[in-house]
Amino acid sequence: LSSIQDGDVRVVAPEAVDDLIEVLIRRGYHVIGPIVRDGALVHGELTSGRDLPVGVGAEQDAGRYRLKERADRALFGFAVGPSSWKQELLPQRELVWTGERSGEGWTFTSTSPRTPPVAFLGVRPCDLAAIAIQDRVLDRQELGPTPYRARRDRIFTVVVECGEPAATCFCASAGTGPAAGPGGDLVVTEIVEPDRHELVVGARSQRGAEVLGELGGRDATVEDRAAAAAVTEAAAARMERSVDIRGVASLLARNPEDPRWDDVAARCLACANCTLVCPTCFCTTIVDTGDLSGDHAERWSRWASCFDLDFSHMASGAVRPATRSRYRQWLTHKFSSWWEQFGTSGCVGCGRCIAWCPVGIDVTEELAAIGTEREVTI
Amino acid sequence: VPVISAYVPVSYTITGRRQEGRDTFTVASQPEATVLPEAAPGQFDMVTVPEVGEAAISLSGGTGSTREHTIRAVGSVTRALERLRVGEQVGLRGPYGTAWPARAADGGDLLIVGGGLGVAPLRLSIIDAMEHHQRFASLTVVAAARTPADLLYPGELERWSRDERLEVRVTVDAAGPGWTGPVGLVTDALATVPIDPRTVVALVCGPEPMMIAVAHDLVTRGVEPHRIHVSLERNMRCGVGTCGHCQLGPLFVCRDGPVFAYDRVAHLLEVREL
Repeated sequence: LSSIQDGDVRVVAPEAVDDLIEVLIRRGYHVIGPIVRDGALVHGELTSGRDLPVGVGAEQDAGRYRLKERADRALFGFAVGPSSWKQELLPQRELVWTGERSGEGWTFTSTSPRTPPVAFLGVRPCDLAAIAIQDRVLDRQELGPTPYRARRDRIFTVVVECGEPAATCFCASAGTGPAAGPGGDLVVTEIVEPDRHELVVGARSQRGAEVLGELGGRDATVEDRAAAAAVTEAAAARMERSVDIRGVASLLARNPEDPRWDDVAARCLACANCTLVCPTCFCTTIVDTGDLSGDHAERWSRWASCFDLDFSHMASGAVRPATRSRYRQWLTHKFSSWWEQFGTSGCVGCGRCIAWCPVGIDVTEELAAIGTEREVTI
Repeated sequence: VPVISAYVPVSYTITGRRQEGRDTFTVASQPEATVLPEAAPGQFDMVTVPEVGEAAISLSGGTGSTREHTIRAVGSVTRALERLRVGEQVGLRGPYGTAWPARAADGGDLLIVGGGLGVAPLRLSIIDAMEHHQRFASLTVVAAARTPADLLYPGELERWSRDERLEVRVTVDAAGPGWTGPVGLVTDALATVPIDPRTVVALVCGPEPMMIAVAHDLVTRGVEPHRIHVSLERNMRCGVGTCGHCQLGPLFVCRDGPVFAYDRVAHLLEVREL
């Protein structure tokens, strides 16, 4: 029943989320969760349940995102917005090392993030899968101690299953949601019915069980678990978009010269919005700086995008000068070559790239069009 | 053993510097404290000039803990490297990437083809092959450049051409004053080299179109693509497969390459702007 495993499962009132935040803060966590800012649901610091967007929803479609008022008092009645957890785990800009000169010599010292432990409150199943995908890329043994590893070790994850998919969502076909896959410390399913508003909370780790033990409520019955499972089943059934996540892998590898690439390139602005909102896009570049003394050097890492012209720059020029080749690189990497590189798709079906594309390019539509060019009969 | 983060360089002091040509030079450096693992021919280091940036540079020489990099000043980092003098320091990370296959040509013909700066990543393999020349039925080096001034290691090539352990063919696309050697494309020079397509192993490095042309001619002469090895160049920012810049289809050139058997990349190199 549901993705909540056997073990500790409790049913609590929606107000218990206040206690949850308080318990996490008391345990030393900086709590990050959904807040309303700049006309969107984004991630921000939570100091109490009052910071949560009660009764707020969002309408999404290709190139469109609008907040809306809900008729109920749902705490998590929306799908993912422009924020993803990579902003916390792989910050947009980060100091990698500092160098100090004495005489002719340089000493390079790695920096480790001094952030406190962070609790992620409201990690959607698609984003839980995205974190696991970034782990495969950035958290490899042979890299030694990295800032990513340091951050990753310090998070407490409260997963919230999805009951309100947006029109842009396709996690059911991507196999990542709307019920939570493996991972996390706590998994929450919000049940919002006309005569019932409760949270079903399951523990998935020892510390998750400890936190859950402080939330009160009652033990979940078989009926409660069934009600929680029904929430995500209904959400999956309502999902409008889908991708044949395994089929497109070979389709893309076989069609690098498909005419659809020209078609999409004529619409794509190469603005990189899709790679910025994507929870798995991991590309970075480095920027080195010095100060006026000449004795202090810094290396900063920052997000990069395969849509930037200089992304593929070499002495002989850019490898991908055309937007067509840059869009092809992004889509083919995400949905095809990612499998060979990391044994998984690079897409979790969160739909952010569809909603936040300024010209409304829809990856599900593009993928459906690749390889379907019919011969023209004269 | 100190725990090293893959992203943090260690200090190396420049102990030697040799101008190779107009804008090309070789820098030798030695470790200040931490010693990087020994590199195999074909691998590269990430070379940092503090306050300026970092560039991927192949190892072109060095024995013991000394590392040598041959560099062409074409960008901000390589121009800054050009200005550094003996006694100054650089940061190094590495070695990264795949190496030229060391023993694949045993018992057969070893053919080494370098174009322009592409001779640099092959230099250690040439020296290695000369030391172990008895392993091969034949050892041939083809070195090509656009003009005589662009020819890398001319003195060494001259010495090698008098060495009976190997056969050296040097060619330039366009001659200049004083040039008495052959004029023509690398493929013209290659056509004069007798090879046994069943036993030959070719190591090829140079501009991508040149490597494709050389591989094409060898395949036409009956060499199976897996016997041809090329070293690819892409933008590399990390060296460990996490920055994403160097991708060629499913390959991270920094980690899966830069040295590839040609059968693994031929179909990818055919796609324009991949």
